[in-house]
Amino acid sequence: MLLISVSLCSFLLMNASPIDPLSANVGQAALGQMSREHIEKLESYWGSKEPPVKRFITWGKDFISGDMGISLIYKRPVSKIIAERLKNSFILMLTAWIISGVIGFILGCISGMNEGKLIDKIIKCYCLIVSSAPVFYLAMILLLVFSVWLKVLPIGFFAPIGVKSEDVTLMDMLHHAVLPAVTLSITGVSSVAIHTREKMIDIMESDFVLFAAARGESRWQIFKNHCFRNVLAPAIMLQFAQISEIFGGSVIVEQVFSYPGLGNIAVNAGLGSDLPLLLAITVISAAIVFFGNLAADTVQHIVDPTIRRGGLNNVSILE
Amino acid sequence: MLASWNNRKALLAKTIILTVFLIIISIGGIFMEEAALETDFSRKNLSPCFKYLFGTDNLGRDMFARTMCGLSASIRIGILASAFSSVIALVFGIAAALGKRIDFIVNFLIDLIMSVPHILFLIIISLCFGKGVRGVVIGLSLTHWTSLARVIRAEVVQLKQQPYIKISGKLGKGKLYIAFQHMLPHVFPQFAAGLVLMFPHAVLHEASITFLGFGLSNEQPAIGVILSESTKYLVSGMWWLAFFPGVMLVIVVICFYAAGNNLRKVLNSASAHN
Repeated sequence: MLLISVSLCSFLLMNASPIDPLSANVGQAALGQMSREHIEKLESYWGSKEPPVKRFITWGKDFISGDMGISLIYKRPVSKIIAERLKNSFILMLTAWIISGVIGFILGCISGMNEGKLIDKIIKCYCLIVSSAPVFYLAMILLLVFSVWLKVLPIGFFAPIGVKSEDVTLMDMLHHAVLPAVTLSITGVSSVAIHTREKMIDIMESDFVLFAAARGESRWQIFKNHCFRNVLAPAIMLQFAQISEIFGGSVIVEQVFSYPGLGNIAVNAGLGSDLPLLLAITVISAAIVFFGNLAADTVQHIVDPTIRRGGLNNVSILE
Repeated sequence: MLASWNNRKALLAKTIILTVFLIIISIGGIFMEEAALETDFSRKNLSPCFKYLFGTDNLGRDMFARTMCGLSASIRIGILASAFSSVIALVFGIAAALGKRIDFIVNFLIDLIMSVPHILFLIIISLCFGKGVRGVVIGLSLTHWTSLARVIRAEVVQLKQQPYIKISGKLGKGKLYIAFQHMLPHVFPQFAAGLVLMFPHAVLHEASITFLGFGLSNEQPAIGVILSESTKYLVSGMWWLAFFPGVMLVIVVICFYAAGNNLRKVLNSASAHN
């Protein structure tokens, strides 16, 4: 339902855009030279005179059966391009997502357990700066430090320059994915860390933690026995909700590092007014986010026993 | 003197200082526009010195003036966009709390916008409405209202259960009267803080979208443009082109965050004295 409306919405937006499918496909100059009949023939071929609703239905049918149209700038089927690029992006996003989740959670826990101490202040400051810096700026700084000054990591692209695509080894690929992945992770850390921190502070003030401390449990025991699970559930929810952010970040990071992923072609599609490609990317990203939310609910069930047993009223306390 | 101030006054003072700082940047930038566009090849590629604080670029333009000018453009766009989108949030948030059917529609809209990464949405909207200031402002306004609308909706739903609201309804006051007379004053602090806290997002997204080439045009000295130009010179070691404008952007964004958080504390009288 949501997916259909996302595609409908972006379809309508693109429909309203001043880009004429004819002139985008054929080129303005060629269009001017063509005869009237020829133009009419092309118009019926692209269906640009048909009402938008009808076009949307045809597009939707084709999309579900796997035919996403042909990209205007790459002159290849959209589905193939996306399949290829999605693989690259997926590695990047998955690593960044996992790393940022784990590190953010750990930082948030440390900071929450030591509220008001120096380490808490450092972590808070770090989170504030990172969330205030645009992703592309962070990427540029890392690029400057590691690739230009220290020369330990490559400047960009997916593989070394001047090497045939068959000769690219797995190590090369990993080597090139390090910087983009690190950039994405750094930016992803802050929101998880801040929320985990606040949750942790709440829990540290609760009666059961006070009681545990009174019983003489050590800090580690308190964390392991009482805090960990309570903090984990909201953190996981947040982490899944962040998929959309990571996706948005990857668009920018891929652009800075010229990494051939989904975000990179999304930008190219936008700049080259390649509507079929952009539309497909939008729908796919919405699908990824949608499944992320679905996964969040499922994981929530596994982690949080109160929800599993149907006690849904506990959700309000967790939030 | 400071010792005799209570926390509330101190917070207020901080907020005012931050606001003044931001206003100086945004107005100062307008006056620097000429200096920002001036090219002088006798002084190109200078690294930072006293005369040119942030150095100059390959066309001999003063990076300090360009940065200020870009920041001011970013701030103005941010203010415009957050003003629009907070009004959208206010209207939708209050409307959602009043009727079941409207609530369903608004929630659906929120889900719709949240399910597509903002950047992609901005790209599509800028395609639709054209690049440049107009496209960016429309795009930012249409995408940033969701979280504030949720907050306001939750607030209003809670308020609806309050006895005095119910009594007012029983006394025969209309829904609109209740919304404006009784609910708006309660929602206002949340709204104001949300508005200020929306700036940083708007400014960052504006910079990102401009960086990608969908926002402001190339001739305009905008932060995104400056930074995307400077990527080309990173490899040749001209670090100042990217470093200083970026740092200034980060500082401005942090100021907005701090101002927003302070404002929230000041307006929320319960926590102002902590």
